[in-house]
Amino acid sequence: MGERQVEFRNVSFRYQEDMPWVLRDVSFTIGPDEWVAVIGHNGSGKSTIAKLMNGLLFPQEGEILVDGMPVNEKTIWDVRKQVGMVFQNPDNQFVGTTVKDDVAFGMENHGMPRELMLERIKESLSAVGMSDYEQQEPHRLSGGQKQRVAIASVLAVSPKFIILDEATAMLDPKGRKEIMNTVHRVQEERDLSLITITHDLHEVTQSSRVIVMNKGEVWMQGSPRDVFSKKEHLQEIGLDTPFVSKLADHLKAEGVPLTREPLNHQELLEELWTSRSIM
Amino acid sequence: MDITFDHVSYTYQPNTPFEHRALDDLSFTIQSGSFVAVIGHTGSGKSTLIQHLNGLLQPTEGQVQVGPYTMKAGEKNKQLMKLRENVGVVFQYPEHQLFEETVEKDIGFGPQNFGVGQDEIKRRTKEAVQAVKLPEELLERSPFDLSGGQMRRVAISGVLAMDPEVLVLDEPTAGLDPNGRKEIMDMFYHLHQEKGLTTVLVTHSMEDALAYADHIIIMNQGKVYREGTPLEIFKQQQALEDVQLDVPEVVSFLKMARDYGLDLEYEGQTIAELAKEIALKVKGGGDHE
Repeated sequence: MGERQVEFRNVSFRYQEDMPWVLRDVSFTIGPDEWVAVIGHNGSGKSTIAKLMNGLLFPQEGEILVDGMPVNEKTIWDVRKQVGMVFQNPDNQFVGTTVKDDVAFGMENHGMPRELMLERIKESLSAVGMSDYEQQEPHRLSGGQKQRVAIASVLAVSPKFIILDEATAMLDPKGRKEIMNTVHRVQEERDLSLITITHDLHEVTQSSRVIVMNKGEVWMQGSPRDVFSKKEHLQEIGLDTPFVSKLADHLKAEGVPLTREPLNHQELLEELWTSRSIM
Repeated sequence: MDITFDHVSYTYQPNTPFEHRALDDLSFTIQSGSFVAVIGHTGSGKSTLIQHLNGLLQPTEGQVQVGPYTMKAGEKNKQLMKLRENVGVVFQYPEHQLFEETVEKDIGFGPQNFGVGQDEIKRRTKEAVQAVKLPEELLERSPFDLSGGQMRRVAISGVLAMDPEVLVLDEPTAGLDPNGRKEIMDMFYHLHQEKGLTTVLVTHSMEDALAYADHIIIMNQGKVYREGTPLEIFKQQQALEDVQLDVPEVVSFLKMARDYGLDLEYEGQTIAELAKEIALKVKGGGDHE
């Protein structure tokens, strides 16, 4: 029955029997309305997590539950209704000749009635700010626009979980902003859990929880503030920390009292302002 | 090699309804030995610009000069091979262009086309894989068995093995993780200095432009919108925002700091130096009530 969550229970995975484990004994839970960022260097197992979550791969050990339903060959179509995925390369995920067809494609696969499909196309394109592009050919869109259409296609199936697997990595700064604004809006408007797999530290600071992967294991979980306050350890496993976080460290070393780990420019400046008034 | 664009225009599909002027009376000079970052939003003409550097495109109007090689509108360039031997271009996602059976053959393909002898190719291949920090054992492997990061390094080695004097990099770190990004950029910077290359980096990363370039060209609508040293360019936050570009984080932080009474000028300080200056101001207190 539907407790709305994705659960990894002691999951281990490798691509072939004679190959090393990509994931080892990974356990975590993603709850309703959460925004979880998964970070880790290349090869840490991040993308494998995404592929296991919607049944593109199956684990050799352990179990994955989506809405209490174990992910296996029999359940993948039900699972994929719940878990939508947006990939890195905007050019590799289009099938339709128009934006509208493309959004319809996913729903057709799930056998939705036409009336509902038409309604959902309108709704989901409007949610990503692409209503004016219904009749356009996808390949004529910018990278950011393509990824917004990809998000719309996923939204149309009305999943409870959306995975963005480095969905902004190939975009220019403007496209990246478009996507993050879209994601923010969609999450506010709909009942959705978001899982973003990313290298972008700004994305990470906006999430509600961070899972740090290292060598196939969950290395740490916590709020962005908790995670970035452990910055020496993050650097040890090859991860970068945000500019403000680094600056805050140097300020502390200079004897400036700071009580909490800043997540953005404003937080740090406000604290500096306060400490300045005290001194 | 000095690079000069002299009133260069380039029009795609001229005299058709799809006619598009991607470069518009573009003029600038890049001095031999400099590291130049070319920045601009998608569609500003960056890619068209770099395709002129090794003669993949020929100007519709004007003239491009790369060292001794001239490409002039309407004239056939007879030295195209020579030009391409001297200008190495690392395109976006260069690993998509790997095709040979082994890493070694793939790296040697370029120089072989230019008639470089087998011994020399072997020597250059060895040097190139060392430069990009690829283990030599991989030379016998198929490039398609490697990880994405390794494939990228193989592709870059192939360009380095041409032993170019000008290195053109089109977003060479796109899609890599922060560590991989820094490794590759540090590697290019090291090569640039060691070999005295002229390097042209096309990037969206203001942080990379600040860290590595000595000169920045901002493109907009096929023209040079601004050019100067990184410090000169990044002082003009509003001008950059007008063409949808960001400034490096340190610059935007200091701008916001002014609203909090912290008035500091960015002069290329490291984070540690900046922290010292801020600490002085904060502890000095006094100057606000």
